[in-house]
Amino acid sequence: MAYSEKVMDHFANPRNVGEILDADGVGEVGNPQCGDIMKMYLKLDGERISDVKFKTFGCGAAIATSSMATEMVKGKTIEDALGLTNKAVMEALDGLPPVKVHCSVLAEQAIKSALADYYRKQGIDPTPIVGCLEEDCHGCGTGHCN
Amino acid sequence: MSRFVYADNAATTPVSPLVLEAMLPWFREGYGNASSIYSKGRESKAALDKARDSIAAIFNAKSNEIFFTSGGSEADNWAIRGAAINQAKRGKKHIITSKFEHHAVLHTVEALAKQGFEISYLEVNSDGLIKLEDVAAALREDTALVTIMYANNEIGTVAPIAEIGALCRSKGVLFHTDAVQATGHIAIDVKAQNIDLLSVSAHKLKGPKGVGLLYVRNGVRIENLIEGGAQERGRRAGTENIAGIVGFAKAIELAYEGLEEKNAKTLALRNRLIDEIGKIERSHLNGDREQRLPGNVNFSFEGIEGESLLLMLDMKGVCASSGSACTSGSLDPSHVLLSIGLSHETAHGSLRLTIDEETTDEDIDYILEILPPIVNRLREMSPLWERIIKGESL
Repeated sequence: MAYSEKVMDHFANPRNVGEILDADGVGEVGNPQCGDIMKMYLKLDGERISDVKFKTFGCGAAIATSSMATEMVKGKTIEDALGLTNKAVMEALDGLPPVKVHCSVLAEQAIKSALADYYRKQGIDPTPIVGCLEEDCHGCGTGHCN
Repeated sequence: MSRFVYADNAATTPVSPLVLEAMLPWFREGYGNASSIYSKGRESKAALDKARDSIAAIFNAKSNEIFFTSGGSEADNWAIRGAAINQAKRGKKHIITSKFEHHAVLHTVEALAKQGFEISYLEVNSDGLIKLEDVAAALREDTALVTIMYANNEIGTVAPIAEIGALCRSKGVLFHTDAVQATGHIAIDVKAQNIDLLSVSAHKLKGPKGVGLLYVRNGVRIENLIEGGAQERGRRAGTENIAGIVGFAKAIELAYEGLEEKNAKTLALRNRLIDEIGKIERSHLNGDREQRLPGNVNFSFEGIEGESLLLMLDMKGVCASSGSACTSGSLDPSHVLLSIGLSHETAHGSLRLTIDEETTDEDIDYILEILPPIVNRLREMSPLWERIIKGESL
């Protein structure tokens, strides 16, 4: 198993690490049993994501995909962010080893989860907009996830 | 200050210069097949015999009890399958092992379970120790084999081998031990310790990869695993790897030279690592501190994940290992760490450093200088750590 140079760069120098105290939306996915948790904080300026921060507990790929996903949505519209796929995150990182694909899924879900939180705070049901979120870990076989 | 520190000697070791020197003539000049009748073949045969004699002496075994294999995994597979299938002829189809064996043992007994053998997996206590009374309680009339590792590969804990050996012998049950990690660090006497079958690998003790051995006590019947030519007295086929075997013998000889002084040196370095790493907040030593191999350090750090830790150590030039699922390509964290009662999340955050007598004080200084900031850095970006320090449920 080897990581691409891009993955190593985003792991070694992760972009947008931290938290936003007055975030408009906060999402968290994954669980500790499976070994990865991603937490995303979004700040919105109208329809635009003006700031994004993350905190991640997990492997190199989990940290790198979080970092890349934040870069890909920062300054973009909500619509753009909702269109972010795990595949796009993987491609931007020049690929991931097969056993790490679930990390990119988590990154996509973490962004969506933060946007869902934003809608809920506005009193809007996020499901029709964001879709159904599986806020647990993907590809984890420990039996802790339902 | 940047340096390279190899702290993963339980994974493998570099071939020592004297071992390499002993091996080299057996590639270009001494290439003869040890089964050939002409002088070039007889030279290889003589080298093979000499290596076997010298290894046998170190374990207090007879030369005809040493069988060379392709490594530790083959030795484990052969010992367990070979003994189980032979014992089954007498209606004995029960095997006792422990929950934290190497996969070469666990996967072999699992395969035998599918063929109708019944397996008892002994529990390991929270210090990573096997209790003699648990072995005694598990023994049955139809027990074919007890297989317990000498020293654990992840947490370095050492089993009471002589006691288990005496117990098994008194009950007439075969006893196999995987001594891959113990050999070269602990003096082994197969007679005094009542060991029937013992697996060893060369590359863990500064010998070459691809060579190992199985000690089979005279009188113990095991079925063959590799069929073919009449090498190893018809019990393990395949043209002998003379260079590898010569290197293996040299490596074992060197490993046991001045063992006490080397262990004392390693132990002092290791204890410093354990004392200092133990000062990191919410870090836990895995495995008993006393009953463990001199070079083994295994810690869990709450709130972080092992693979990230290894990558960051690697960026600073330190080679180490982890029981995190992410480092193995599997989904579950180490079965060894789970067997001693660690939660999944704590097992994911483990670090194994395995040093030896060639490790220097400066290497230890360097590890102790770079490790705490790396742990801190990963914790600062960990939402799990945030929950832990706030006392929230995980």
